[in-house]
Amino acid sequence: MFSRIGYTIKQAFSQVFRNRGMSFTATLAITAMMLILGLFFSTFVNVDLFAEVIQQDYNVIEVYLDDANDDAKNETVGKNLEAIQGVGSVKYRSKADAMKIMKERWGDNAYLLDNLQQNPLPNSYMVYVNDKASADRVSKEAPEIAGVSDIKYYQDTVEKLSKITRAVEVGSIVMMAFLIVVSVILVANTIKLTVFNRAKEIGIMKYLGATDWFVRAPFVLEGIILGTVSAAVATGILGALYIRFVKSIGPDILRVLSVPVISAKYLMPNLLIIFLALGVGIGTCGSIISIRKFLDK
Amino acid sequence: MIVFNKVNKNYGTNVGLKDATVHIEKGDFVFLVGPSGAGKTTFVRLILKEIEADSGTILVGGRDVTRMTHREIPELRQQIGMVFQDFRLLEKKTVYENVAFAMEVRHKKKKVIRKEVPFALDLVGIADKADRYPNELSAGEQQRVGIARAIVNNPKLLIADEPTGNLDPVTAMEIMQLLEKINVRGTTILMVTHAKDIVDQMNKRVVAIKDGQIVRDEQGTYGITPEHLYEISTKEDESPYVF
Repeated sequence: MFSRIGYTIKQAFSQVFRNRGMSFTATLAITAMMLILGLFFSTFVNVDLFAEVIQQDYNVIEVYLDDANDDAKNETVGKNLEAIQGVGSVKYRSKADAMKIMKERWGDNAYLLDNLQQNPLPNSYMVYVNDKASADRVSKEAPEIAGVSDIKYYQDTVEKLSKITRAVEVGSIVMMAFLIVVSVILVANTIKLTVFNRAKEIGIMKYLGATDWFVRAPFVLEGIILGTVSAAVATGILGALYIRFVKSIGPDILRVLSVPVISAKYLMPNLLIIFLALGVGIGTCGSIISIRKFLDK
Repeated sequence: MIVFNKVNKNYGTNVGLKDATVHIEKGDFVFLVGPSGAGKTTFVRLILKEIEADSGTILVGGRDVTRMTHREIPELRQQIGMVFQDFRLLEKKTVYENVAFAMEVRHKKKKVIRKEVPFALDLVGIADKADRYPNELSAGEQQRVGIARAIVNNPKLLIADEPTGNLDPVTAMEIMQLLEKINVRGTTILMVTHAKDIVDQMNKRVVAIKDGQIVRDEQGTYGITPEHLYEISTKEDESPYVF
């Protein structure tokens, strides 16, 4: 058993090395494919997270109050809001509370807010609704109430975003399927070279009564090596790119937009697993296809 | 050992084998002769289940080959030693490694391999060349390696496909003596050949195929009729020893 594993591993590595030109090309192509896939994937998970964060606010409408209002006026606005059909509860959020929440969101960069001369955030009411119809009603009627300056409601954004998310998702899947097929063909052709080089040996093995898997194993391992190397390289490149992206854009823009970014620490291990699974799968399929013809006899 | 019962095999409209019935007993030494394209190769390939029979039954070692699944083929071939006209040795392996490879393919233990390979090399008379590579050997020696590889797993049946086709007459006779020695040890031998002088000299059972049909099955000589002679001489010559 051990001699057999040794034989398989030795054969596989020497095959990769002997075919280094074609192995390199295949690895490069699979890496490129994975990079594109990785870009789609990291975009997708971030968009998905963005949509999710916003969707949490789906049943909340923020109603901003005029700074000129006195407390009595604000109270009246609150009562008027409560009177709208379908409103579950209404919660007052003062300027100071709003600032506290914002500071929390900004995290490490909160000190930037300390420099503000005065609090620019308005007093507001958080209006909780039970369903979408009520949300629509509130967003229509609330601006009419005297003392209300503006409302913030995410419904349109959420809908647009989920449409985009879906489009990205479908696009990614189509693209991935196409790229995976291309990769499998590439691996199959690379390994076919080895198979042709060793056609005589394979023939002899068959006459000696070798099982299909004995013949196949070194070629499958060759494919897996190609796939694994590609996965490692792709993860490395994408990881470097993503970390740089998050560093340069992340804190400055995205956090101000109060949207979190998925950290590289979380994304990369997942991508590596996906790439490895993909690489091993592509390698295995490609090699099995390339040798199938020789085993049919 | 081998039973063909009313076996038919056609390639499109061409006849490969027609209504062939043959019994080869355990321990037999049988020559399979006939002109090129007569069906000798078809006969051998059917035994190895490289091709499927259209009808009839083929028993090898008591098992019905025609009913075997693809998965069972390795098991079938492990019972059979194959010797080829072109030796089919692996150039990058030494003599020892070539013979050992036949055992590795069958997942034999290292310990067993180390014991059996020298024994097989000794039997075929090239124990002293174990560390040489095939291209350092004469044709006769290479064929001895081929035979050692075929018998190292102690097969019940040895099929030799024109084993002397690439050898000079003296070496060819040496190889025949070796095959006879193996036969005496109990291995059934089926040898496909064109070599009339060898067949005549050995005086074994001869099965002759012509146009896919078994036309003769008896102990004796190659037995070329004027009709055979004509056919062979018009066909492309495969072996230099027909005449």
